[in-house]
Amino acid sequence: MSNQEKEPMFSAKIRKIFTTPLGKENPITVQVLGICSALAVTVKLKPALVMALSVTIVTAVSNFVIAALRDYIPDRIRIIVQLVVIATMVILVDQFLKAYAFDVSKQLSVFVGLIITNCILMGRLEAFAMANKPWPSFVDGLGNGAGYGIILVIVAFLRELLGSGTIYGYPVMQKLGVYSTGYENNGMMILPPMALIVLGLIIWFQRSRNESLIEKK
Amino acid sequence: MKHFSNRYIFIFSSVMVIAVATLLAMAATMLQPKQLKNLEIEKKKSILESIGVEATAATTENLYDKYITESLVLNSRGENIEGFDAFDIVLKEEEKKPLEEQHLPLFRATAENGEKVTIIPVEGKGLWGPIWGYISVKPDMSTVYGATFDHKGETPGLGAEINTRPFEDMFIGKKLFEDTKFVSVGVVKGGAKDGDPHNVDAISGGTITSKGLEKMLSDCLGKYNDYFVKNRN
Repeated sequence: MSNQEKEPMFSAKIRKIFTTPLGKENPITVQVLGICSALAVTVKLKPALVMALSVTIVTAVSNFVIAALRDYIPDRIRIIVQLVVIATMVILVDQFLKAYAFDVSKQLSVFVGLIITNCILMGRLEAFAMANKPWPSFVDGLGNGAGYGIILVIVAFLRELLGSGTIYGYPVMQKLGVYSTGYENNGMMILPPMALIVLGLIIWFQRSRNESLIEKK
Repeated sequence: MKHFSNRYIFIFSSVMVIAVATLLAMAATMLQPKQLKNLEIEKKKSILESIGVEATAATTENLYDKYITESLVLNSRGENIEGFDAFDIVLKEEEKKPLEEQHLPLFRATAENGEKVTIIPVEGKGLWGPIWGYISVKPDMSTVYGATFDHKGETPGLGAEINTRPFEDMFIGKKLFEDTKFVSVGVVKGGAKDGDPHNVDAISGGTITSKGLEKMLSDCLGKYNDYFVKNRN
């Protein structure tokens, strides 16, 4: 998950800003942010991908805007300013999709509101963009969006495969012919509790593999 | 962190709000014609889907003109009302009026196999928001020729399954009437029995959406009862 296509402006530091949120600073599994949307949109792969992409774009651009304005934003109203920027971005994206990519916009309809309230966005603006230059902030937004996206896709992949027997709408289980052997889709996988359990397993797996994440007693 | 005066804060927030409002207003105004056009195409596409014609955004207009032969507006006694365009009627607005004053839109089409079918728009409530659809019936005014549903924001994988082909296709061949009595098509939890002409399977995990869909069908189609009775052959 590193970005291979490197140009000079991608210094080691910038690369690190991008890669840490994918692994040991992952917004979902480590910072435990954005859980609600991770549970809500992961029944199928397609909405999960659309959501991941939208969050990545909105986080990156809002991070950029806030970082560019950071010296002019009065400290006392900074949260309001951040919210205004996020909300504006989301509405603009939504309006453009409605006009030029109507099908995608139908997919996204219910998630638009979720993007505005996504804790990752506020978290990044507050923790990173307010103290860094626009370019690193932009990369930080991309990284966190991607880190969020990876987890969404993993959870959605497992839930769609085991719950509906399909991958991205393609009926894998049916093609494999496992239904004739008595296999049945697990209805539990479709319901939100299993998303939480799958997510828990991912967190468990990641923590057991990465010593720096194991909390000291 | 620099200290900012109250004056600066007020000016900053005013400028920000005005700038953002202008930007959004401009975007909304400029994109609106395109968005409305998309909605119109979407509606035509759904109407076509209910008679089994798959259209893309580009082919919708032509196919709509080809298949949809007539549109009517009825009152609740099944009589024709002149002077209204069925396509422009907003069901949600009509539902607020008393039944006697409601305008009921209806479309007639010649299906792929040459059969004259009647298309009726339906609208109701799902779990999170509105759900709607189009049901087409054969000339006997009871047998369902096809159905298509859509929703504003039902849960993907659960309630949102109502707009998938497998769900919609279950309605084909179902009967709205039991002899001469209007019974609509029910959505049954646990699965409808084989050969049951009035029920289809509900969606696992989408009970409230399924129930809403069932209510939508019996409410909306029920209003056309008089028209069905008069025009069946």
